[in-house]
Amino acid sequence: MLRKYLDKIKPHFQPGGKLSAFQSVFEGMETFLYTPRSTSASGVHVHDAIDSKRVMIIVVVALLPCLLFGMYNTGYQNSLCSGVEMSFWEMMAYGFLAILPKLVVTYVVGLGIEFAIAQVRHEEIMEGFLVTGILVPLICPVTTPLWMLAVATAFSVIFVKEVFGGTGFNIFNVALTTRAFLFFAYPASMSGDTAFIASKPICGLGGAVTYTDAVSGATPLGQLASGADQITNAVGDPVSTWQAFLGLIPGSFGETSTLCVLIGGALLLLTGIASWRIMLSVFAGGLFMGWIANIFGTPTYPASLLSPVDQLVYGGFAFAAVFMATDPVTAARTGIGKYIYGFLVGVIAILIRVYNNGYPEGAMLAVLLMNALAPLIDYCVVQANVSRRMRRARSNS
Amino acid sequence: MAEKISNKSVLFNPFSKNNPVIVQVLGICSVLAVTVSLEPAIVMGISVVAVLAFANVIISLIRNTIPTNIRIIVQLVVVAGLVVIVDQLLKAYTYDVSKQLSVFISLIITNCILMGRLEAFAMVNKPWPSFLDGIGNGIGYALILVIVAFFRELLGSGTLLGFQVVPQWCYDHGYVNNGLMILPPMALIVVGCIIWVHRSFNKDLQED
Repeated sequence: MLRKYLDKIKPHFQPGGKLSAFQSVFEGMETFLYTPRSTSASGVHVHDAIDSKRVMIIVVVALLPCLLFGMYNTGYQNSLCSGVEMSFWEMMAYGFLAILPKLVVTYVVGLGIEFAIAQVRHEEIMEGFLVTGILVPLICPVTTPLWMLAVATAFSVIFVKEVFGGTGFNIFNVALTTRAFLFFAYPASMSGDTAFIASKPICGLGGAVTYTDAVSGATPLGQLASGADQITNAVGDPVSTWQAFLGLIPGSFGETSTLCVLIGGALLLLTGIASWRIMLSVFAGGLFMGWIANIFGTPTYPASLLSPVDQLVYGGFAFAAVFMATDPVTAARTGIGKYIYGFLVGVIAILIRVYNNGYPEGAMLAVLLMNALAPLIDYCVVQANVSRRMRRARSNS
Repeated sequence: MAEKISNKSVLFNPFSKNNPVIVQVLGICSVLAVTVSLEPAIVMGISVVAVLAFANVIISLIRNTIPTNIRIIVQLVVVAGLVVIVDQLLKAYTYDVSKQLSVFISLIITNCILMGRLEAFAMVNKPWPSFLDGIGNGIGYALILVIVAFFRELLGSGTLLGFQVVPQWCYDHGYVNNGLMILPPMALIVVGCIIWVHRSFNKDLQED
């Protein structure tokens, strides 16, 4: 039935039709709903069911565990801090209502800009924003005001993606740039003790949170950076590594649960979408730098006292390793380059986290920095290969 | 210079078609540094106009007596002398702004716009066209400085020339000043946007 409807309205969008200006919107929708009819007719092509839309959909599915857990955790933290008892489903509903406006705002702003630019340039609409739009709310604190989210999304879609030529040409990860923009532009709303727990009742669910000495919304790494001896949850009970692994701690919406991140990561690896080289080497780099920091641990830099494994489960490290560093557009592309890239992401993330008390979490900045360096790494790897083969050719002749 | 250029185009070309900042991309360093708010940007702009105009005139007057192999040093001495005068004047009359501008007034000496104009124009032209060229390029530079500073101060601090522009009503309803606008990267992006708009109006400047 949908097919019939699409066929019926299709002539309007062809050149000469009355709605021809919106041709790319129509095509985007049609190929989103159905496999495109036009296939490659000549030359050598790899025939496979996978295209970038399928890839994006799988990444979105891989993000679902984080999203669902984020909903639950938002409700749980609110219930914990406000003292209002909530059932499991109430917590889920509370988290859903908290995240829904953010998802809507991000998608409307981001897709709006992409659609508009595709119309102006007479290009096909690219599906790149499908994943970005869900990543952005997941890596922001749940209390982020909607207008800030809109401004930051618009900024990064225009200046990081469209200026460089659209999906596939961006030099930095768009979602992380959004987060970095928010972090530097509105630091008061994006960090500190009150940003990470939803503090207002929504539609009669949940309760109002008042911050006192007993209730603090600081994230584990935030507590360490401000010099706490022991990591506690929002009401002052100590947090074990296992709890942090499960993710019942304050933090940005979808990144608290290392377990859910790993479930998503496993899906990405099984389907072969994300590079296992990058993922593995990010974790290796994180463990390595965590180990070094732990050996030279001093109370001056409280985060250096964490064990290497703790470094991996707190904050956004795992999320960045699985979903951010592996972004195929901005990561290194050569095999050896991927190892170097991933390892350095891990090392720099822990380095910033431990030795700069002003930035409790360094994963975001580490990935962005390595995004900038990825082409250089690739260049060096390729050149090394070229000169090695040149030498071999010369010694043979 | 081989072909004769009219005095009028000498004065007005640098405003847009041959703007030193957004077309020749010179003097970017000070654009990043002094444009956090409008007042220092205006003062900086005026200082550059004055220094550039007079340095151009002086160099143009003595252009036939300068030995070619030490001309850069002579130019530097002239500019340095003028910059010291401007610096002292600012300290005497607008002490606060001069403190904000700190080292950047002294760094006018190394501003590539000055060296460029002295080397390319004043060394081969008569004093009056050189004077106009100095004024034109100085104003072209000041113009960009003021535009960048306008946006950075408005969005970064909510003020213009120190007066509160964004009403308190907005802050009460959750508006927050954009802290990134205060940081240098945003100056670069604002300059980029100006270049973008400028080139889309002047198609002949677009490169492939």
